[in-house]
Amino acid sequence: MFQAWRNLYSKSDNAKAYSLLSPALFLIILVMLIPMALMLSFSSFTQVSMMEIDFTPTFQRYIDFFEKSLLVSLLIKSVKISFIVTLITLLTAYPVCYYIAFYVKKNKMLWLVLLTLPFWTSYLLRVFSWKIILGTKGVFNSTLLGAGIISEPLTFLMYSEEAVIITLTHAWAAFALLPLYVSLEKIDFSYIEAARDLGLSKFEVFWKVTFPLSLPGVIGAILIIFIPTVGDYVTPALIGGTEGRMLSNMIQAYFGKINNIPLGAASATIMLTTVILITAIVSYTTKRLTQRLS
Amino acid sequence: MNEKNNSLLVYTLIYFGFLYIPVLFLPIFSFNDANYMSFPLAGFTTDHYEEMWSKRNLHKALWASVKVGVVASVVSTAIALLAAKAFVRYKFRGQNVSYGAIMMPFLIPEIILAVSILIIWINLGFPLGLVPVTIGHILFCTPFAMLILIARIEGFDFSLEEASRDLGENAWGTFYRVSLPLYLPGIIAALLLSFIISFDEFILAFFLSGSDATLPMYMWNQMRFVKKLPHVLALGAVIIVFTTFIVLLAFWLRNVGQGKEKKDIAIKL
Repeated sequence: MFQAWRNLYSKSDNAKAYSLLSPALFLIILVMLIPMALMLSFSSFTQVSMMEIDFTPTFQRYIDFFEKSLLVSLLIKSVKISFIVTLITLLTAYPVCYYIAFYVKKNKMLWLVLLTLPFWTSYLLRVFSWKIILGTKGVFNSTLLGAGIISEPLTFLMYSEEAVIITLTHAWAAFALLPLYVSLEKIDFSYIEAARDLGLSKFEVFWKVTFPLSLPGVIGAILIIFIPTVGDYVTPALIGGTEGRMLSNMIQAYFGKINNIPLGAASATIMLTTVILITAIVSYTTKRLTQRLS
Repeated sequence: MNEKNNSLLVYTLIYFGFLYIPVLFLPIFSFNDANYMSFPLAGFTTDHYEEMWSKRNLHKALWASVKVGVVASVVSTAIALLAAKAFVRYKFRGQNVSYGAIMMPFLIPEIILAVSILIIWINLGFPLGLVPVTIGHILFCTPFAMLILIARIEGFDFSLEEASRDLGENAWGTFYRVSLPLYLPGIIAALLLSFIISFDEFILAFFLSGSDATLPMYMWNQMRFVKKLPHVLALGAVIIVFTTFIVLLAFWLRNVGQGKEKKDIAIKL
């Protein structure tokens, strides 16, 4: 009798929860999953002319992608740039979060607001500010020229892979700070004290206690930077020039002036697959790493 | 930890400099009396700001962004409120899968969301414009709004709602008189932050807006012309000040009436 009641209650819990969730799930299905499925099916079609698409399913677009050395090299470059950006952001942001989590006592609120604020300000403007800094007549060049350090503006600053990397590192840093800070803040300080009492050196305490405990934040930060930077369009378009072009710029061109929607859809699908694969690898390795460390 | 770490403090301050200083060049050069953004500064002027009054396309784009932002933030906050309540209030089958599904727009490169909405929209034969942009923004804002609301509702005493029902209030009355006042700071914070996300969003607008430019699209179009850059800087400076104000207001609201411990949770989203 009691069991039956409980079943009924939990069933109605399910029903209540899903009726509350239904608008959100409808939104995801209608605006994300169905369009993405359609994108996938478009990647198997053929663009015959400007307006005409042949709907016979084929794998040819994927073969096209891998036969075009430009697209493959852009895919590799996108992954490479994202990887470097993620690494630099992690290495530079970690000490900041570490400091705020463990050393700041007064006005912690103020530090946290400062940490989260750039996260919400316009991404386009954050990228644009680097155009002002790195441009031929920009802040950097004009300062160096004015100081007499250089006699001609440095043109390699803009429109290069390095410029894209610097800009992306700045533009996405705020996204890494949050998960890193949260995971460091959660660490129970008595673990660290215990490790110290056991006679571990500062370095050992960090590698054996603090770092492993902050791993969830590290994974969070890796994914939250890597995923959007692989598909970033604004920075390479504004700062990258031809040198710093990435795959998303080609995807945009296929949907725009080149007008080859099936090849664009195939490129987008390949980008998505890459992101999913890398997400899986990152989560798997960190899981193994956590097991080994603990 | 009671000891100090001055080298780490210095590093942290430098890092904050790296985060904040590049953006400060926008307001600095917006007052500079020259078309190029280089040192030394040429002289102080407010011309670039005054110029904004006469730009009709700018006004049109601003109005477009406000419309999209208001609709997107209201709809996504409403959807997110219901979803947040389901996650906080109930334990149910498929909870993790549903949570993952709703957070997915977060974990997919935005250009892929934009491209797939573009394909379905043009194949349905609808014209590009502010409607598909708004739909895209609702999808994109909902996970943010849900995170904010979950942080706010967590620890909410649901027996208050039950008590209200037991005392004879109907479902709507309970929501209006009991739940809403308690959720309200969270709801307003979610509305403000979703509005800001939509207001600043570029990629979805870039693919879906057609000829109806939103404010970021307007700036993008102007950025190509050197002569128009100073006026983009002025606009950008105004947007940064406005965004900062709204975000600080949202942070403050999110923490209103919460205890010290809740404050710490809330700031973490």
